[in-house]
Amino acid sequence: MNHWVIVPIVLPATMAAILVLSMRHHPTLERVFSVATCAVLVAVCTGLMALAASGTIDVYELGNWPAPFGIVLVLDRLSALMIVLTAVLALAVLLYAIGSGWDQRGRHFHALFQFQLMGIFGAFLTGDAFNLFVFFEVLLIASYGLMIHGGGRRRLRAGVQYVVYNLLGSTLFLFALGTLYAVTGTLNMADLAERISAIPADDSALLRVGAILLLLVFAIKAALLPLHFWLPETYAEAPAPVAALFAVMTKVGAYAILRMYTLVFGPELGATSDMIGPLIMGAALVTLAVGMVGILGARRLGRLAAFAAIGSMGTLLIGLSVFTHQSTVAALYYTIHSSLAGALLFLVVDLVREQRGTAGDLQEPAPPMAQQGLLAALFFGAAIAVAGMPPLSGFVGKLLVLDAVRETTHVWVIWSTILVTSLVAMLGFAQAGSVVFWKTAPEPEDTPVLEDAAAEAVTAPQPPVLPVVATFGLLFTVVALSVLAGPVTGYLEATADQLYAPEGYIMAVIGQR
Amino acid sequence: MTTTMAKAKAKGGGNLELLVASTIGVLTAAGIYLVLRLRTFPVIIGISLLTYAVNVFLFATGRLVVNLPPVLRDGVDTYTDPLPQALVLTAIVISFGMTAVVVMLALGAYLASRTDGVNLPAADADEEAGE
Repeated sequence: MNHWVIVPIVLPATMAAILVLSMRHHPTLERVFSVATCAVLVAVCTGLMALAASGTIDVYELGNWPAPFGIVLVLDRLSALMIVLTAVLALAVLLYAIGSGWDQRGRHFHALFQFQLMGIFGAFLTGDAFNLFVFFEVLLIASYGLMIHGGGRRRLRAGVQYVVYNLLGSTLFLFALGTLYAVTGTLNMADLAERISAIPADDSALLRVGAILLLLVFAIKAALLPLHFWLPETYAEAPAPVAALFAVMTKVGAYAILRMYTLVFGPELGATSDMIGPLIMGAALVTLAVGMVGILGARRLGRLAAFAAIGSMGTLLIGLSVFTHQSTVAALYYTIHSSLAGALLFLVVDLVREQRGTAGDLQEPAPPMAQQGLLAALFFGAAIAVAGMPPLSGFVGKLLVLDAVRETTHVWVIWSTILVTSLVAMLGFAQAGSVVFWKTAPEPEDTPVLEDAAAEAVTAPQPPVLPVVATFGLLFTVVALSVLAGPVTGYLEATADQLYAPEGYIMAVIGQR
Repeated sequence: MTTTMAKAKAKGGGNLELLVASTIGVLTAAGIYLVLRLRTFPVIIGISLLTYAVNVFLFATGRLVVNLPPVLRDGVDTYTDPLPQALVLTAIVISFGMTAVVVMLALGAYLASRTDGVNLPAADADEEAGE
């Protein structure tokens, strides 16, 4: 048993408690320890990924209870990939939050951040369905705190909607798990897979109800239409670094879909295989269309970024819903890309918002801002990445998805949706960028005319360096993902191999029967 | 499992199942109705009712039996499934915490904006009010 597997869960949990108990009055200490934790997490997760890349599946039995009875953590290639992605994103986001001062606009940002990380890592690592529910709750309760960080009446009210929506999702999750337990008598994922495959197809009505309920829960998390209503307002109102971290939270839903419907309700399972894929595919196409049209229709950059997140989930889930080896590789590549690019877009929008003073992120002409060229370049880069234009990884990801769906029956519908919505997204970004960066309004006439330099200082403070560095760091990871597309897809191919041969996973968890 | 079910039947489990099933149904229906209201207080009550419903539902997933111990000992051949009880306990703790959070949040939103509506006003209407 390799004890490193549990480190990504235990370390943030311990650190969050220490942060809130002994450092809450020392902002500098908080920052230092929080960043150090994230750096260590990146190192540990990378190490675990190197371990998983060899193809071994590490199983950690909590309390040394044998598998179907105790809770297990499982580290395979997919889990390793997701935790590395989370750790890297968290480090960049945390640096941004510190540099921009967001972490000091409310209380306990760092502790909540660590708890959030604990929940996300736990959800990616656990091999037990009920434990997945518990980690969902951990990450959600931390996200409630982060969502309303900094306060403000509109943010609080958006927070109420977000919490209520997710509480309903949690209730649904429990109903789904209860149904599955009533049918199978177990909640360990590997054990579930074995027992469900033994259920005769004509006796599977309740099982199928459970599968669909579970899909609904994950669809809420992944913001799949028509269950996406919590997302636009939440992401647009949440503090920017938090929204950027939330970019990986929708991926928890996608991860759970991929895990559950390859391992437990696999493509060979007659009872569910014919309904899950088409359901996701249909909803994903609509999700993509609505997300991209939302980009075009948004009047604020914050909402634009939120709808971009919805649209990218659409593309991702189109790839996911086919459930073939090739499509899974495409979907996973797009997962990495859209987490990084989505977070980048939220951070850039926040940089712009901070610079524009009263105009905020409204898509209206405003007085010129400091460092306009730099911000415009960053926005341009983020827009190219999110809209999926060459040369950045969005293009590669979309190409992989397009290629992967070529064998499906509705290939023309899918291709035209993806291509047309890409055009719509490009238009939306071009419109937003040209209004915000090119059309400058004169200073309002009724303001007293100050000395030039003084006026500059009042309306356009220089942005601090660290946020820009963190944003460029994210942009750099997107570029690296495009340049290293070959090695990355190599790893993803191996991941898909592992996913579509669940015997290895089951064998590692419960061993020989 | 079949022996426990047979035993439940023998003890008049049919009525028990009807009672539990209709309890879950009524609680869920009332919960959903309240969640669809426009003000935070009924919505929170609705969520509480839904969590009660799901707790009873989870409890029933281990099959309903009467007067049986949850652990096997010498001289005990049928037992009630202990795992759903542990699951319910976890679910109760989590839903209790979550309800506390949502109550505090709703109160905060009410005190900040002097309205307990769940709907958000359109983005522009809020603009003049400022942040």
